[in-house]
Amino acid sequence: MPAEYRLILKNIDQAGYQPDIRCYLGHGGYAGLKKAIALGATVVEGKELSGPEQVRREVKLSGLRGRGGAGFPCGTKWSFIDHSSGRPAYLICNADESEPGTFKDRQIIYKDPHQLLEGMIIACYANHIHQAYIYIRGEFVEGARILVRALAEARQHNFLGRNILQSGYDLEIFIHRGAGAYICGEETGLIESLEGKRPYPRIKPPYYPAAYGLYLCPTIVNNVETLCAVKHILEMGGGEYAKLGTPGDPGTRVISLSGQVQKPGYFEIQIGQVTLGQLINDFGGGLRPGRKLKAIIPGGSSSKILKAGERYKFKAKQPDGKELEKEVALLDLKYDSASLAGAGSMCGSGAVIVLDDTADLVLALANISEFYAHESCGQCTPCREGSLWMAKVLHRLTHGQGRAQDADYLLQIANQIPGGRTVCAFGEACSWPVQSFLNKFKDEFAARGRADEQRRTSGAQGGGQGRP
Amino acid sequence: MSASNPEKTNSSPPASLVTVKVNGRPVEVPRTMPHPVTGKPVPTTMIQACEAVQVAVPHYCYHHKLPVAGNCRMCLVEYGTPVLGPDRKPLKNPDGSPVISKAPNPAIACATPIMPGMEIYTNTPAVESMRKAVLEFLLINHPLDCPICDQAGECKLQEYAVEYGQTASRFVEEKVHKPKQVDLGPRILLDDERCILCTRCIRFTREVVGDDCLGIVNRGSHNTLTHYPGQPFDNNYTLNTVDLCPVGALTSKDFRFQSRVWFLKRTKSVCTSCATGCNIVIGSRENRVYRYEPRENEAVNSCWMCDQGRLNYRWIGREDRLQNAVIQQTRGQFVQVPWSQAMDQLLQHLRKIPSGSLAILASARQSNEELFLTARLGRRLGAIMDSPPRTGADDRLLMHADKNPNTLGARLLGIAAAQPGGNLQAMAEGICRGDIRTLLALGEDAVKHLGQSVVERLDQLIVCDILPNQSTPQAHILLPGCAHAEKWGTFVNHQGRLQKFGRAVEAPGQAQPEWQFLRQAAQDIGGESIPASVGGIFDEMARETPAFNGITWAGLGDLGATLPI
Repeated sequence: MPAEYRLILKNIDQAGYQPDIRCYLGHGGYAGLKKAIALGATVVEGKELSGPEQVRREVKLSGLRGRGGAGFPCGTKWSFIDHSSGRPAYLICNADESEPGTFKDRQIIYKDPHQLLEGMIIACYANHIHQAYIYIRGEFVEGARILVRALAEARQHNFLGRNILQSGYDLEIFIHRGAGAYICGEETGLIESLEGKRPYPRIKPPYYPAAYGLYLCPTIVNNVETLCAVKHILEMGGGEYAKLGTPGDPGTRVISLSGQVQKPGYFEIQIGQVTLGQLINDFGGGLRPGRKLKAIIPGGSSSKILKAGERYKFKAKQPDGKELEKEVALLDLKYDSASLAGAGSMCGSGAVIVLDDTADLVLALANISEFYAHESCGQCTPCREGSLWMAKVLHRLTHGQGRAQDADYLLQIANQIPGGRTVCAFGEACSWPVQSFLNKFKDEFAARGRADEQRRTSGAQGGGQGRP
Repeated sequence: MSASNPEKTNSSPPASLVTVKVNGRPVEVPRTMPHPVTGKPVPTTMIQACEAVQVAVPHYCYHHKLPVAGNCRMCLVEYGTPVLGPDRKPLKNPDGSPVISKAPNPAIACATPIMPGMEIYTNTPAVESMRKAVLEFLLINHPLDCPICDQAGECKLQEYAVEYGQTASRFVEEKVHKPKQVDLGPRILLDDERCILCTRCIRFTREVVGDDCLGIVNRGSHNTLTHYPGQPFDNNYTLNTVDLCPVGALTSKDFRFQSRVWFLKRTKSVCTSCATGCNIVIGSRENRVYRYEPRENEAVNSCWMCDQGRLNYRWIGREDRLQNAVIQQTRGQFVQVPWSQAMDQLLQHLRKIPSGSLAILASARQSNEELFLTARLGRRLGAIMDSPPRTGADDRLLMHADKNPNTLGARLLGIAAAQPGGNLQAMAEGICRGDIRTLLALGEDAVKHLGQSVVERLDQLIVCDILPNQSTPQAHILLPGCAHAEKWGTFVNHQGRLQKFGRAVEAPGQAQPEWQFLRQAAQDIGGESIPASVGGIFDEMARETPAFNGITWAGLGDLGATLPI
C-alpha cells in the first residue's frame, strides 16, 4: 500500500499543532525564508546570479506546476515578469478555492497559515515584489480571521513589513475577501474584483497578468498550494523537489477525495506514485459495502468524467528507445497530469469525486450544471447563455419533463461552448462535464427522457394531467 | 476623444507595415493604429486588417470608436501563423510558401493583434458554425417580437439572423425574464430583455463621456443593464447609446415608435445648434423631420453628437412657421401677397434708398452662400452689417459655447464684425440719429438685438425669417425663410471646417430658400449676373473669397474640407 507523502500537510493535523507563529517556528518555520534572504550573489553555470535570481532558478528547476487547476509551470509563469517595465509587480495568492469537490487550500489556510505566508514572502522576494494580496473566498470567514492574525504575527517577527530580517527588503501583504463568486478564482476575474470591479475575466491577449495584471502592472497569480510548495522547494532545493513525483509533473499534491467512498478526506501524495484505485481503496477506505464503482470525476467538477471499466491506451518509451503501447485500466491510472490527460481528463484542482452504482448521473450532472449556470459571470455569450440553457434542460430531465431527444439536444448545446470560444476557461468548465457525461452515459439520459415522455403519453391517454 | 484633436493621429510618424493574409488575399496594414479613445498607438487587430480588404466580420460588441470588450464572440475567426525555424526565420514549403501552423483555437478578430505573415480565415465552415452558435445563444432569451420592436430594420440581430440564423428555434425552455420599459434617464428607455449585454453603451458613457453611470448587475444569463442607483442616465450624450445599441434595448423616448426606420429618407446634413457643426443624417418622411443621427466625420464629431443638438429639430415642423409673404400697406394693416409682389416692393425700395441708409442684421445661422449674397448686396448699398453672437454652455466633448453654426463663415464673408455683434451698437445709433432709415433683418429678431424703441424709428423694416418673433408683426415687408433642412448650403464651423448640408424636406407655404431672393436682389441692385444655383453661387463665392480659394461645390465632399485660415 502506498503511503501518503506529507510535505505541505506535514504538520497539519499533528497532535498539538496550532496555527500560530510560535508553533510554526517551533517546527522549523520560516527557515526557507531565512535561507532565501541569506542567499548572496553566486556564480552559477558561469553566470552571476543574485539571491532572488537563485530562488527563481530553484523554482524553475523544481518543475513545479500550478496547483490551482490549469497546471501551468510556476517557474515559467514567474519568468514572464518584466522587471525592467518600470511598473511595480504584484503577487496575488489565489485563495478563492471554489471548484466543487476541492477542499485542500482550506486545510492549509485554517491549520497552517504561516506556511502560506512564508511561501508568499519567498515568492515576492524572488520577484522583487513589495506588495502582495491574498484573495480569499468570502465563505472562508474564519480563514480570513486566521490569516489576519498570522499576518500580524509575521509582522511582529519582522517577516513582513519594512526591512525584513534586516535584509533591506520590504513587503506588505493584504487580505481581500471575495463576495462569493466562483469566477473570482479565474485569475483575471480575480484581478478585476481586487480592483473593485465586477469579476469579468479579461481578454487574453492582451491582458495576460504577467504583462497587464493588477492595475495593469506585471502580476503573478499563484494558488495557495503552489506557494506553499515554493517554501519546500527552497528548503530542499529545486533539484531535490524535482525528484518527487514524475518528471513532467514533479512534487506532491494534496488530493481532496469526496463522493461515495467510505473515508473521504484530503491526502498528500507524490504525483504519479498513486493510482486512482489506491486513492479510492487505500486512502478512501473503498466503496461502501455492496457498491460498485460507476465513475470518477478526477480533477474537480469541471474535469471530464471517467467511466468505470474504461481502458486507456498509452505510448511508453522503452529503455531501448522503442515505443510500446500499453493499456491501462481506470483504477490503475496514475494520478498525474500526463496520465489523466491521456485518459481524456485532467488533474485540475486535485479533487477526486467518486460515484458508485447508486449514483443518479442525470441528477449529478443537473447539480453540476446548476452550479455553473449560477456562477457564470455573464460576460460572454456562449457561456452566459449556454450554461443556463444546459441547466434548464437538466432541470426538466430531473423533474419529469424530459424528452427523448434531450440527450442529443444537451450535447449539441454543450458542443457550442468550449474550444476557445469564450473569454475564459469557464466555457470549458461548464461544458466539459456535460460533454463527457453525455458521451459516456448517453443511455441514462436518453432513457430518462423516454421514460418521462412515455409517462406523459400514458397519463394523457388515461385522462391524466400529462403535460408536454 | 479623437474628435477634439483630429490632427493628432495624422501628425504621428507612419507606423511600420505588416503583411497578413485575409482569406488568402495579402494585405499590408500598419503595425499599430491609434486607440479609439486615447489616440495612443495600439497593435492593429485582425478585424482592422479584414476591414482593409473589405472583408466584413460580423460583430456586436466591437465598435471602432470604443475600447474593445470582446464579449459577444460573434467575430471569432480561425487563423494561422508562420512556423519559425531554429534560426527564427519562417520555414518554407517546397513551393516556397511559408509553412503556416493553424491555431488550435479560434480567436476574436476584434482584440487579437496581427503579426507578420499571419493568415486569417473568416469563411471556413468552423467559423460559420461558431457564428451560428453565438447567434442562437443570443436569440434563445431574446424576445422574438420584431414586428413590435422599434429597432426592426436597423437591428444587427435581424441582419445576422438572415445569414446565420435558423428558421425555427429549438429552444423549448422558459426564457429569462427581465425588466421592460426601464426609465434609464430623461431621454432613454431600456428593454432589458432585448439587451444582448454587449456593453457598448457602458463603454461609451464611461470612456468617451466620462460619466460612469451605466453598468451590469446580476450573474450569468440574468445579467441586467442598469444605471447607478439614484443617478439617472442623464448626460448630454445619452442618445448616442441608442445609435450604438445593436439591438432594440436602448430606445430614444423622442423617436421610439414614431416611424419605421425603412420609411425614413436619409439626408446628409450638419447640426445647426452650435459652432461645432456635427455631421448628421436627417431622417425624414413625407416632409416631416423625424430624427437627427450623427454621421461619422473624424475631423469633426467622430461618431457622436450631443443630445441637445440631436433633439433640436422640432422647430422645423412647427405649426406657426411663417408661410406667406406679407406687406404692411398702412400702419398696422397687413396683407398676404404673392411672393412676386413682395419682392417687387422690396426691390423698388432698395433701388431708391440713398447709400449708407441701410443696415443689415444678418444671421450666423445662414449659409455661406446667403451671407455671400447679403454681403454683396450690402456693399453695393453702403450698408452697415453684422450678425449677433449667440452663446451658451460648452463642454469638453462636442458642445461649443458659440451657438451659431456659421460664425466663422459670417466673418470670412464680411458680414460679422471681428467680434460678432460689435457693429450692433453703431447700427442702433445710426438708426436713432436718423442716418439709417431701412433695416433688413435676415433670420434675426431686430427688436431683440436693437431694441423696440430703435426699431420703431425705422422707415422700413424688411424681415425674412422662419418663425414669428417680436419683429415679424412690425415688418413692412415680411418674407418667409427656410430651415437648413429645406435647402442646400454650406457652413464653416469653429475650426474652419467647410461643410455642406442638403435638403431633406420641402419648405412650407410660400417659403423659399433665402439665397433665391437675395440673388435676385443682388442682381437687380448690382446689375451683374449671378449663377442661379447654390453650387454656382458657392463657386463664385469661393473664387472671390480668399479663404475659400480652390474649393468647388462639386469638389466639396460629404465630410467637408478644412479651410486654410
